[in-house]
Amino acid sequence: MSGALGKDLLSLEHLSADQIRLVLDTAEPFKEISERAIKKVPVLRGKTIVNLFFEASTRTRISFEFAEKRLSADTVNVAASGSSVVKGETLVDTARNLEAMRIDMVVMRHGSSGAAKFLADRIESNVINAGDGKHEHPTQGLLDLLTIRDHRPIAGTKVCIVGDVLHSRVARSNIWGLLKLGAEVAVCGPQSLLPLGIEALGVRVFRRVEEAIAWADVLNVLRLQLERMQAGYIPSLREYYRHFGVTVERLEKAPRDLLILHPGPMNRGVEIDSRVADGPHSVILNQVTNGVAVRMAALYLLAGGKPELAEAAKGGSDR
Amino acid sequence: MPTDERQLLLDERAFARTLHRMALDILRQNPDPELLVLIGIQRRGVEIAARLASHLAQETGAQVPRGALDITLYRDDFEVVGPRPLVGPTHLPVKLDGREAWIVDDVLFSGRTVRAALDELADFGRPGRIGLAVLVDRGGRELPIQADVVGERVPTAAGDRVEVFVRELDGRDAVEVVRAGRSAP
Repeated sequence: MSGALGKDLLSLEHLSADQIRLVLDTAEPFKEISERAIKKVPVLRGKTIVNLFFEASTRTRISFEFAEKRLSADTVNVAASGSSVVKGETLVDTARNLEAMRIDMVVMRHGSSGAAKFLADRIESNVINAGDGKHEHPTQGLLDLLTIRDHRPIAGTKVCIVGDVLHSRVARSNIWGLLKLGAEVAVCGPQSLLPLGIEALGVRVFRRVEEAIAWADVLNVLRLQLERMQAGYIPSLREYYRHFGVTVERLEKAPRDLLILHPGPMNRGVEIDSRVADGPHSVILNQVTNGVAVRMAALYLLAGGKPELAEAAKGGSDR
Repeated sequence: MPTDERQLLLDERAFARTLHRMALDILRQNPDPELLVLIGIQRRGVEIAARLASHLAQETGAQVPRGALDITLYRDDFEVVGPRPLVGPTHLPVKLDGREAWIVDDVLFSGRTVRAALDELADFGRPGRIGLAVLVDRGGRELPIQADVVGERVPTAAGDRVEVFVRELDGRDAVEVVRAGRSAP
């Protein structure tokens, strides 16, 4: 069991279907801990975890911090803006200095794709990727899988990711995870925001959101980053909403009720209609709740375990 | 070649008789069934607790609430063994404060599982008293922990196994002891 995920959690592309299922199955009992009056179990007592966030984040950072605290780990938050990074320190030097203080794990968000792997190759601590550039955001992918699985079996489910797939690490982690667990995956958005050649992964492409809605069981609606308009990817936010907004009117024409996911933060009235976001088929807040459980599972599975000591412990336990 | 030797400790009838006696023993120590709550340790402790509850219902007419505890996250060997799969859900049906809570497990050996269960229960409340009921006490304690109600005592060596089978999971009720074979000196 020890090392079932390896040293680090960097991407879903490099996990097997069994490893993904292990994290989801482990997350199930962790959900209950957050419902207790005392929301804390002692399993990571004495572990020190650094949350190293080079990009702004509210939800992900808080979610990781809750997960760490509910497992009794000691945590330190480092935000790039208030740290030696602004004085020109390199990523590796920052991490090596942290390691010199005897930490066990680093949770990192960074603006560069591949930053998490770069770090993981250079330090002994476990590394969890909390989003690296446009590459992956594995725990977001896992919590989306868990939220879909709460409502229906993933294998055979049709999931369409709507919006700015090109710049989205959430989309990439979702695509890998969903495909590995046997879902059918599609993307939908303006041509300028879809990666070229994405069909080669086995992903269907819809140019019109109406067609995507007619096909899908689940929509994962991505946040449209407002900077994309200034960069010329879309003409205007109103135009985007008119063509790709997930609205009640469009969903009413669907042959079945669609489950609606959104990784947050939402731009109401840009990619999603408020009445949809707050509607009966929205599981957006369930995603947030599941995020803590999935991160607890990932931390638990990565931490601890010294195989060389396992022999000595045999025979001593009650079972 | 050393061979393992399997002995039947409790057959189906002895299993039922033992559980009935354990239920009576619990009632003798806690005469008010309204205060009782049985907490089974995942996995087979949960089934044993269910059987005890039905014996208690026959004796008193009271439905004793039952809970389940997965102590995996409270074990003391995480640093050594690393993450283990979680066994089953933890749920406690009632507030524990002031109750007569009984931890129920199939086999008592080192006592480390019970130590973990005591820690976990303390995070859920403050029972008036906590008792320990086990189907089999096989000796070999590594902590100062003893059971208040014991179905059967059997001395064992460290390499032996005590296997508890319950109808719900295994299709039959039985307890068997597997004696580890010893090589000729």
